[in-house]
Amino acid sequence: MTAISLKNLDIAYDGQRVVHGVSFDVAEGESFALVGESGSGKSTVLKAIAGLAPEWTGEMQILGRPGSHRPDRTLAKHCQMVFQDPYGSLHPRKTVDAVLSEPLAIHGIGRQGAKVEQALADVGLDRRFRFRYPHQLSGGQRQRVAIARALMLEPEVMLLDEPTSALDVSVQAEILNLLKRLRSERGLTYLMVTHNLPVVSFLCERMAVMNKGRIVEIAPATALHDGAFTDPYAQALYAASGGA
Amino acid sequence: MTLLSVENLEVSFPTSHGRVKVVDGISFDLGRERLGIVGESGSGKSMTGRAILRLIRSPGRVAGQISFEGRDLMTLSERQMRALRGARISMIMQDPRYSLNPVMTVGTQIEEALRVHERLPRSEMRARVHEMLEAVRIDDPDRVAGLYPHEVSGGMGQRVMIAMMLIPRPSLLIADEPTSALDVSVQGDVLRLIDDLVKDHGMGLILISHDLPLVARYCDRILVMNAGRVVETCNASALHAASHPYTKGLLAAVPQMRETRAELPVIDRNAWAGT
Repeated sequence: MTAISLKNLDIAYDGQRVVHGVSFDVAEGESFALVGESGSGKSTVLKAIAGLAPEWTGEMQILGRPGSHRPDRTLAKHCQMVFQDPYGSLHPRKTVDAVLSEPLAIHGIGRQGAKVEQALADVGLDRRFRFRYPHQLSGGQRQRVAIARALMLEPEVMLLDEPTSALDVSVQAEILNLLKRLRSERGLTYLMVTHNLPVVSFLCERMAVMNKGRIVEIAPATALHDGAFTDPYAQALYAASGGA
Repeated sequence: MTLLSVENLEVSFPTSHGRVKVVDGISFDLGRERLGIVGESGSGKSMTGRAILRLIRSPGRVAGQISFEGRDLMTLSERQMRALRGARISMIMQDPRYSLNPVMTVGTQIEEALRVHERLPRSEMRARVHEMLEAVRIDDPDRVAGLYPHEVSGGMGQRVMIAMMLIPRPSLLIADEPTSALDVSVQGDVLRLIDDLVKDHGMGLILISHDLPLVARYCDRILVMNAGRVVETCNASALHAASHPYTKGLLAAVPQMRETRAELPVIDRNAWAGT
């Protein structure tokens, strides 16, 4: 079954169209990357799927359900997003416990305490972090909390917007390992936005290269091993990223 | 010839549990060469760069010896220091969007950098700005000179920064993460540009970055820092043969373009408490 299916998706902000005719399918359990430079529209596609960029036209299906033009409670249960900057995406005046319980409270799910403890353990955080505030955590710990928050409702699809680009290389390695482990344990589907091609090579099976709001090529991640891109822009991006 | 000599440099800040040394006794000499300083956040690499320019403000404290072109920087007055900053030692910061003045045109800003240090007739000033913008490979210098920072792209903004920093013809350039706010396709251009200019003008360069492979590509020598100390010094060409476990750990943690590992090796944070 396809987890995410987009057909001829156009997305606009205030009437200004920024994404043109994007189509791709992500199979259930697959890890798919959207790569490109700033302004290429890759994050906008993710936002449209999450209902955060309402001005879209075209066809969108997420786990067989039609896409939404606003944040949607049923969608949230199946599809969650992790943002780039863990310094900006956690509420500064809420403890880790409050951040992690909130989605459960909204969806009327019980046994919150036990679920929060389990979620912390799943992302490799010690129990003592439960009642801390974001400013008491390092960047890597915050990103673990953000990933735990996204997993609270046990979604099938995760939208990852540059999940490691604000982190140091050694911390990036930990978070990438965590994402890989969670995916294999839970059979998650990932749609990840990144500008870092080696990260795609580590975590994804396929990728779509975007340029100026359009997909110029969809290629398997193995293309990163030998540079087997056909589109000139994709080749240039590969070369600039240090590919042979 | 030694351009800059740093000996036993310490930078410390007060905290609730006493003073913490963020730079803890580092020493190095720099000639007219390209030196890379690599480390993760909190390793003290940026503080080292700032300390050389004496930009650490109270309550931060700097100790040790810094001598530049034979002068002891630690004993210079603030006024003498100001004459040196920009003119002899320049610094390129990370993000052009934050380090350019948003209400001044690009041309005026570059001109100002020159005017502070040299008195020149206006026509000559214009000519120097034009020439400098050409040197940083901006296609239509006269048009770009009239633009405001928000009207130029990130890559072009960084070129403007470089132009501004190099127009007084300094002999040492400190570049603190000059490309981490830029797209990969532009990164290479900007670094090659810095490289060419450094070579043409016979300057010394200190490139501060968290990106080991990138530093290895553009520098002659590399200092690897962790927790305020230099853990390893090596020639860039010999980086792959680095012997220190922290350096090896950093190198191994970077995902590769031809990645086949199921899991990335992780640095033991207890052993390297500084990061």
